[in-house]
Amino acid sequence: MGAHHGPAKGLTRWLFTTNHKDIGTMYLWFSFAMFLLGGSFAMIIRAELFQPGLQIVQPEFFNQMTTMHGLVMVFGAIMPAFVGLANWMIPMMIGAPDMALPRMNNWSFWILPPTFLLLASTLLMEGGGPNFGWTFYAPLSTTYAPPSVTFFIFAVHAMGISSIMGSINIIATVVNMRAPGMTYMKMPMFVWTWLITAFLLVAVMPVLAGAVTMMLMDIHFGTSFFSAAGGGDPVLFQHVFWFFGHPEVYIIILPAFGVVSEVIPTFSRKPLFGYDSMVYATSSIAFLSFIVWAHHMYTVGMPIAGELFFMYATMLIAVPTAAKVFNWITTMFKGSITLETPMLFAIAKVFLFTVGGFSGLMLAIAPADFQYHDSYFVVAHFHYTMVAGAIFALSSAVYYWIPKWTGKMYNESMGKAHFWISFIGFNLTFFPQHFVGLAGMPRRIPDYNLMFADFNMMSSIGAFIYGASQLLFLFNIVRTITHGKPVSDPKVWEGGTTLEWTVPTPAPYHTFTTPPELK
Amino acid sequence: MATQADKNIKKLSIKLLGLVFIMFAFAMWVMPPLYDALCEALGINGKTGRQYTAVESQVDTDRIVKVQFVAQNNEMMPWEFAPNTSQVEVHPGESSQVTYYAKNTQDRYMVSQAIPSIVPSRAAEYFHKTECFCFNQQPLAAGKDADLALQFIIDRDLPKDIHVITLSYTIFDVTEMAAKQDSVAASSK
Repeated sequence: MGAHHGPAKGLTRWLFTTNHKDIGTMYLWFSFAMFLLGGSFAMIIRAELFQPGLQIVQPEFFNQMTTMHGLVMVFGAIMPAFVGLANWMIPMMIGAPDMALPRMNNWSFWILPPTFLLLASTLLMEGGGPNFGWTFYAPLSTTYAPPSVTFFIFAVHAMGISSIMGSINIIATVVNMRAPGMTYMKMPMFVWTWLITAFLLVAVMPVLAGAVTMMLMDIHFGTSFFSAAGGGDPVLFQHVFWFFGHPEVYIIILPAFGVVSEVIPTFSRKPLFGYDSMVYATSSIAFLSFIVWAHHMYTVGMPIAGELFFMYATMLIAVPTAAKVFNWITTMFKGSITLETPMLFAIAKVFLFTVGGFSGLMLAIAPADFQYHDSYFVVAHFHYTMVAGAIFALSSAVYYWIPKWTGKMYNESMGKAHFWISFIGFNLTFFPQHFVGLAGMPRRIPDYNLMFADFNMMSSIGAFIYGASQLLFLFNIVRTITHGKPVSDPKVWEGGTTLEWTVPTPAPYHTFTTPPELK
Repeated sequence: MATQADKNIKKLSIKLLGLVFIMFAFAMWVMPPLYDALCEALGINGKTGRQYTAVESQVDTDRIVKVQFVAQNNEMMPWEFAPNTSQVEVHPGESSQVTYYAKNTQDRYMVSQAIPSIVPSRAAEYFHKTECFCFNQQPLAAGKDADLALQFIIDRDLPKDIHVITLSYTIFDVTEMAAKQDSVAASSK
């Protein structure tokens, strides 16, 4: 023993590590790599859609690109990035020495790289990779799927296992390892949102596993869960998928809410307004997420009572969500605000996520949805929530905590440049998609009517700008690590109040080996 | 040495793992039957029931219900498939028989499965089939044809405002599925 003060040396440090900071770092780098991979798929999609007609790729490959873009971004980029933040920050925020189950933590990370290597390798297989959309509706993903679908199913199982282990770890940590005196209602908001997210993951990832298992049975063992020919029903697939899928979108967005709930009070130099209501709002959103799934499938031919139920339940979600937005705005109200990069991203996230929330309300209206369904309006809606909602929050989190992680300050002007280029690029990409969607442009099609040409060209230019700005982000991070201006103040940000701002900067390899005293 | 905290963590993790298995079982073994049960209870999907055992009942000669027959081929199903009678007029409670014609136009053995659907869907629970080719897979050798029988009774409780019922059969190619089912059955012996 004895040599437990610093990290081990060499590659095995990363392979065998059980340190929450090491694992958090690996999650973050892995998710960034996946973000670039999924982003490059998006660049191919936008390059093809730059002009009407087919220029660059064949429709079959285009379908693989839309599918893989969605899968890689959701399961490879956003989810692992938030798990990385959870690993780094939750123990430091609740005053714990590490995660509750460190060995499992190592395993849940190391499942991911081979899984995504397997998923990406399907693109090179005969018949191509998954081409049925990230929602993999049967029978597209069963009867008409390429042979590589079995590898896809295996990959989904593996990433599900990784997520479930990660969530069990987070729940076990938050429930059992809080510093004495830190009651549930004193936990930082980021910890709260992650606790609720982890419960959602434990509840719905097995449902996703069930869905892909049924697909596997239908494809290889002659069952007919989703095959009408054998007495099954493809619509059942959609119910099972969205029973997972709707909580999944909150799994993505709740930790993002947590991040901005930390960043906004820090840079407003005021405590979070309405902390208790934030906790209840987050819990209500999580509960409601289980009873709204069929709003993704208004057009399958549900009874009118079903349409009405899912419509009202969906609109009800706007209430706790609005409570959160008002709380963030009220936190900023009369605060002494400074606009460092994390704050810029956090404010933009609140604003743009609200835009996505409103288009979500439009989509929630069942009779109107028949017009919007599967159009570019839907694409615009969920990119406002996923990119501006989740990715902007992740950028905010990285800028906010990177001085604590590395002991170096990022370059503020480069950070601001990254923000403004992202902001403009993002809106240029996705705002026009509302218009082409309402005018009838369907999603997931490589060609389109001439009348959509101008808006699509704008979209593509915006996407290239947004994509390029992420390289600036990468450069800024690498530059911070190698050449950043050292910071040593534990607080880093004068408004920081949570426990991670009480440990030295950079955070030592082991923190809170003895629990902190809570004032 | 396991401290109290370690024990609590272990207990909680096992509980959460239990939840994981429950949710998986819920998706695999509860959701599909629940879905079917709900569709049946709500009368959606237009699925008809399984084989019906005829019960003694009076024929309601005052009412006439028109029953229309429709046939469709699922995508990539090359058979010829059509009703021999396109419509019949029946009294509720009366047993009637019609046939569908099917021909395997290919030069290989094929297995088909016909899936019924009824419009209006709320009539589905009043449409009783005492005999139907849709209860089983129908194999046909290369180039062979057959008349497939359907025997049905319309329930006397059929809502009064329903005068026309359309019964549609979609025929699916299940040759591969049947082969897989056989091999799974054979390997489990």
